[in-house]
Amino acid sequence: MIGWQALFYKEVLRFWKVSAQTIAAPVLTALLYMLIFGHLLEGRVTVYDSVSYTAFLVPGLVMMSLLQNAFANSSSSMVQSKMMGNLVFILLTPLGPRSWFAAYVLAAVVRGLAVGAGVLLVTVWFASLTVVWPIWIVVFAVLGAAMLGTLGLIAGLWADKFDQMSSFQNFLITPMTFLSGVFYSIHSLPPFWQQVSHLNPFFYMIDGFRYGFFGVSDVSPWLSLALVGGAFVLVAALALHLLRIGYKIRG
Amino acid sequence: MTAISFQSVCKSFNGARGTFKALDDVSFDIQQGEFFGLLGPNGAGKTTLISILAGLLQPTSGHIKVQGLDVQTQTGEVRKRLGVVPQELVFDPFFSVREALRFQSGYFGIRGNDAWLDELLDCLGLADKANHNMRQLSGGMKRRVLVAQALVHKPPVIVLDEPTAGVDVELRQTLWQFIARLNREGHTVLLTTHYLEEAEALCNRIAMLKNGKVVALDNTSSLLKNASSNVLRFKLDAQLPTELAAQARVTGRIVQFPANDAAQIENYLAAVRQAGLVAEDVEIRKADLEDVFLDVMGAAS
Repeated sequence: MIGWQALFYKEVLRFWKVSAQTIAAPVLTALLYMLIFGHLLEGRVTVYDSVSYTAFLVPGLVMMSLLQNAFANSSSSMVQSKMMGNLVFILLTPLGPRSWFAAYVLAAVVRGLAVGAGVLLVTVWFASLTVVWPIWIVVFAVLGAAMLGTLGLIAGLWADKFDQMSSFQNFLITPMTFLSGVFYSIHSLPPFWQQVSHLNPFFYMIDGFRYGFFGVSDVSPWLSLALVGGAFVLVAALALHLLRIGYKIRG
Repeated sequence: MTAISFQSVCKSFNGARGTFKALDDVSFDIQQGEFFGLLGPNGAGKTTLISILAGLLQPTSGHIKVQGLDVQTQTGEVRKRLGVVPQELVFDPFFSVREALRFQSGYFGIRGNDAWLDELLDCLGLADKANHNMRQLSGGMKRRVLVAQALVHKPPVIVLDEPTAGVDVELRQTLWQFIARLNREGHTVLLTTHYLEEAEALCNRIAMLKNGKVVALDNTSSLLKNASSNVLRFKLDAQLPTELAAQARVTGRIVQFPANDAAQIENYLAAVRQAGLVAEDVEIRKADLEDVFLDVMGAAS
């Protein structure tokens, strides 16, 4: 049973060795968002009566960075190994689909949580942040990272080149995170766009995560949990299936 | 005991120009403890066959068994028994040599493997590179690491796909000494190579592949016995007449004629003289595996 742990450890060490690029850089980006949007919009935008805009923004930025980096970890590792050819070292081992899945997704979770914690650490000083339900914070952080780590794994298996990978990221992952309510509450949107936002699975991750801090959210955290959990089961099943048939990795 | 059994293995690829048959009903067995050579020109299907054996490709039909276990259904057990050195010079740029070897051991479920890893590094002349990043190594050094990575789990069956392509003499010596030692200790070795003198020196049995078909399969000594016994070899500064050139193998200035007896040799030399040419550095040597290989490939076309 230690085979998957070795692969997991390899995947963690891989991003840890270049942590300036994989952890520090996204934390700095989030800090810039905080400085600019927090400064511009504080006092102009009211989301919930009890919550300042800056305090509202902090969990959103944490979750956005966490999700994007969890995705980046598994996807870039897979694409890079495929292109460099060193994926063969894993293909030649007895490691099965579940071991691959566990290793890649858990490493993505670790990267997502590390970046999320970093963003929280540098942005928390700008706002007086409350923590009402720590358990919801942890649940949505881990589940969100696992979800995006799994999507990253699927995208990494599918993509043959880096530019296909960045299309996936630029045209799907980034818009969906930006439009999920990182910078605003969807209640501030016209009814039509509120409905559209409800179709975005990323919305539920950020909304549930925020509930842990403020005890208020756009929808019930239980609904968010059910939807995000259900979506995770679906994408995990797809990822395991692709690994089992050796999609684009075994001819 | 049979180490590897290829049973009617076929593989077709669908390309733009229709279906290409890379392997056409390949069947042969390799016994435990053999040093087996798989030879053939580029595109003959050697790497395709090895990729199917390693589980990197699925066969279109047929089966491969490793120590009696099916490659496609008993995947995990088969991979524990196989050590495959891939042909492509691949590496993971994030890690040092020792890290790469420790991870590779871990994938096979082996922890605390450092005693064996140290021995591998030592035998492959990598001891002083253990803590170097993979990126810092020369091509030859990377090739050695590939060999070490394939051996972390002491596999009973070792598969080397052109391990000496583009590698200097020193490494070839080190590598063959080590692989020969493992073979003496009971490991089965399957080798593909373009260096026929290596195959002749190392392999006790040889299969030759052409266009996806086995065109020769025999002990190395029998293959050599069945070929023309001698080769007349000389150097020439001018062009050989066409009718003579058709019978010879010409490599730059070097001309070689297969010959069975002294009369044949005299005839060739007389023909060269009649053409007004002067043969230099004339010698007669025993036929080697390269001659056999060219014979077999010529006959198969």
